[in-house]
Amino acid sequence: MHATEALAEADRLMTLCNSCRYCEGVCAVFPAMEMRRSFGDGDLNYLANLCHSCGACYYDCQFSPPHEFNVNVPQVLEQVRADSYAAYAWPGILSGAFARNGLVISIVLALSVAGFILGFRAAAGAAFLSVETGPGAFYRVMPHNTMALLFGLAFLYAMVALIMGVRKFWRDIGGTEDDLGSGSIWQAIKDASRLRYLDGGSAGCVNEDEKGNDRRKHYHHATFYGFMLCFAATCVATIYHYLFGRQAPYPWWDLPVVLGTLGGIGLIVGPVGLLAAKFRRDPDLMARSNRGMDVAFLVMLFLTSVTGILLLVLRATPALNPMLALHLGVVFALFVTMPYGKFVHGIYRFVALVRYAQEIRSGKTSIE
Amino acid sequence: MTDFSRKYDVLIAGGGNAALCAAISARRAGASVLVLEAAPKFYRGGNTRHTRNMRCAHDSATDTLTGPYPEEEFWNDLLRVTEGETNEELARHMIHESKEMLVWIREQGVRFQPSLGGTLSLGRTNSFFLGGGRAMLNALYLTAEGLGVDVAYDAEVVDLDIEHSFFKSATVRLGTEHRTVHAGTLVAACGGFESNIGWLKEYWGPPAENFLIRGTRYNQGGVLKLLLAKGVDRIGDPTQCHAVAIDARAPKYDGGIITRLDCVVLGIVVNEQAQRFYDEGEDVWPKRYAIWGRLVAGQPNQIAYIVFDAKSLKLFMPSCFPAIEAPSVRELAGKVGLDPSALEQTVATFNAAVQPGHFDHTQLDNCRTEGLTPQKSNWARRIDTPPYYVYPVRPGITFTYLGTRVDKHARMLMADGKPAANMFAAGEIMAGNVLGRGYAAGVGMTIGSVFGRIAGREAAINARN
Ligand SMILES: Cc1cc2nc3c(=O)[nH]c(=O)nc-3n(C[C@H](O)[C@H](O)[C@H](O)COP(=O)(O)OP(=O)(O)OC[C@H]3O[C@@H](n4cnc5c(N)ncnc54)[C@H](O)[C@@H]3O)c2cc1C
Ligand code: SF4
Ligand code: SF4
Repeated sequence: MHATEALAEADRLMTLCNSCRYCEGVCAVFPAMEMRRSFGDGDLNYLANLCHSCGACYYDCQFSPPHEFNVNVPQVLEQVRADSYAAYAWPGILSGAFARNGLVISIVLALSVAGFILGFRAAAGAAFLSVETGPGAFYRVMPHNTMALLFGLAFLYAMVALIMGVRKFWRDIGGTEDDLGSGSIWQAIKDASRLRYLDGGSAGCVNEDEKGNDRRKHYHHATFYGFMLCFAATCVATIYHYLFGRQAPYPWWDLPVVLGTLGGIGLIVGPVGLLAAKFRRDPDLMARSNRGMDVAFLVMLFLTSVTGILLLVLRATPALNPMLALHLGVVFALFVTMPYGKFVHGIYRFVALVRYAQEIRSGKTSIE
Repeated sequence: MTDFSRKYDVLIAGGGNAALCAAISARRAGASVLVLEAAPKFYRGGNTRHTRNMRCAHDSATDTLTGPYPEEEFWNDLLRVTEGETNEELARHMIHESKEMLVWIREQGVRFQPSLGGTLSLGRTNSFFLGGGRAMLNALYLTAEGLGVDVAYDAEVVDLDIEHSFFKSATVRLGTEHRTVHAGTLVAACGGFESNIGWLKEYWGPPAENFLIRGTRYNQGGVLKLLLAKGVDRIGDPTQCHAVAIDARAPKYDGGIITRLDCVVLGIVVNEQAQRFYDEGEDVWPKRYAIWGRLVAGQPNQIAYIVFDAKSLKLFMPSCFPAIEAPSVRELAGKVGLDPSALEQTVATFNAAVQPGHFDHTQLDNCRTEGLTPQKSNWARRIDTPPYYVYPVRPGITFTYLGTRVDKHARMLMADGKPAANMFAAGEIMAGNVLGRGYAAGVGMTIGSVFGRIAGREAAINARN
């Protein structure tokens, strides 16, 4: 009846929770559950992606283990969520990347970094370790257009793969076209950008014990907004380049550098904080098999930022080209693995929030 | 760490809402406090861990309550459900104090959720705990421990040394070891005896073996028994308990809220012989659900079956165990071991007696049977649309009414009418003082919180003198 054991267990739990409903004020999952009487795989994948893994419902639950009802919503939904990434991956043949995600990401990263370093060495020859300054210093080895084309293609591919996954997900969770533009998307943007549901319904997110706090929320904000700032820095730099003919590197006070530096700091502090929280987390709250994927993604973000900042610091030294190659290698790996790693959690969760906003507006209930 | 050799100002037996409110209030009043909880940490807080809301008086709507609930209205509600079996002075005092409780309990870290729809329309009178009773308890424990209250788990009070209404020490069982703990005062906040099947059998006989207990197995009533034996005055009818019909597939203990079923009014209820035995549509469900435990307890082998058809399946709260389904009444009977012909006969007779009417499950709709005994006075619809469904049900015991008599200060009263020297009681163990019979949703927690807070404060004062 269900595609996996985790889905069958999630069905059991949601059926149980639906007859209890004590957690209805804690997050979006329970009100969404209350709109249903039975749970198909699409419903469960939807609920699992709505869950922000705040952990509150585990410590709040009178039926969590050792109780014989064995209710562990955060753990089971985490497993279903992780499985759903593979189920919706495009092309389907690559869904296996989720199975040993930590390993896959590491290999792609190693290949990508090695490729860029070897490529740079070969192309630059003796100039590999020379000091380059002035406009266009970054592009002496790899011309800007080549770089833009390569990364543009990688990014485009990631976008196509993500969109295909989202389409499948959206269809599976019963998404409609109702009031998408007129409010549901905007509502989801607000809910996602504030991490509204990562707070245990105001008591805070629980992690290592039953005491709630907002630490994970803050570290996640640092990570997400850090990422967005870095993304903005890249966009501004591209505009500078093509519209104004201004070439990198830019002075430290210029917009791309300021945005990139602030974002980079966020992308160091955030992932480190989240990683530390992950290692302190009550193991009962976590699905055993997903640590590789979670850690790989955080490490990738961290490396992106660290190599970027090193590049900024060392750009006037002979380390410029090696650092550039390293940074580009990491970013390239980040781009191509986007659809096949933890990055997708943000996308599916956002889509689930859109669906939730839609459902709330439609006033759906389970009791006639 | 708990030091059992030291003499505490206040010793609290129990670890639920009443106990924790008492502990916090005593500690805030400057007393040293030890909480002895019979259960292991996970099961701490007996029935409290299964609760959802509390009823407090308030003069205007708040962020979590949809409208005012004046003291007088609360009093009238209490008078109605108890049919007068309440102590007016105590009850009015509690209702008055409940107003402040809404503020006080939040100051202890407890959170309420914004009033949401669908919840028995109690949004005006009752405050719902965010995350339910266990979340509420967790908050109280965090606060108590932060204040320096000592808590011991797996620590059952098994004996009390009491001399002429003066408490001297308690014997506590820690695993296999027994320790004597001395304290200046005692607060008994350890619930009723609903989990003690042996004791229930004294009043119910062998049928009590078939009762299911909705809360933990730790509310054995040991302390209550000791107190009554040592001269404390009793209150409440020992033969009475709050019992509802719950899914027979529920575990013996601790099935909690999710085993309840709200579909009695939508179908018919038959016993083991496939015979109906009571008017399923007598009144709206919230007013009748608490009589069905007793009704089922009165049937052979304490089991009954709620039978309905496809028309009704989605009209009530989803259940934790699925309804048993079959394409015909005959097959349905087979699935639960009822005599197929007898059930068919009962359904046919019922169907024949159903009068035409306009069915509306949201109010008394006067859709009734004619010439049937017992009749069904509302929501009577023919059971004729497959698939057919059945839920087996048994009596689920919520709490017992027998307790210790107390005064306004939560001080126990002795059988000779004199106040106890240094013993207080709060929560279910003294609920009979205000709730002699019946029940109104959320009052259990009000009694625990209000009298717990009073008991803690009074015990602290008492210990100082
Ligand atoms: C399923 C269910 C749902 C309910 N929902 C609500 C609701 O929503 N609102 C409401 O107001 N009421 C509700 N009630 C009733 C409510 O639970 C009780 O009225 C209330 O919890 C009583 O609190 P208490 O602190 O007196 O007792 P309890 O919470 O039962 O605590 C008693 C404690 O004493 C401990 N104990 C027992 N014996 C000993 C001993 N010898 N030594 C040491 N410790 C001992 C137990 O382990 C337990 O921790 C519900 C009850 C049930 C079963
Ligand atoms: S997690 Fe537990 S307390 Fe929360 S709704 Fe589910 S069963 Fe109820
Ligand atoms: S872990 Fe948090 S977000 Fe997930 S279902 Fe539980 S309360 Fe909701």
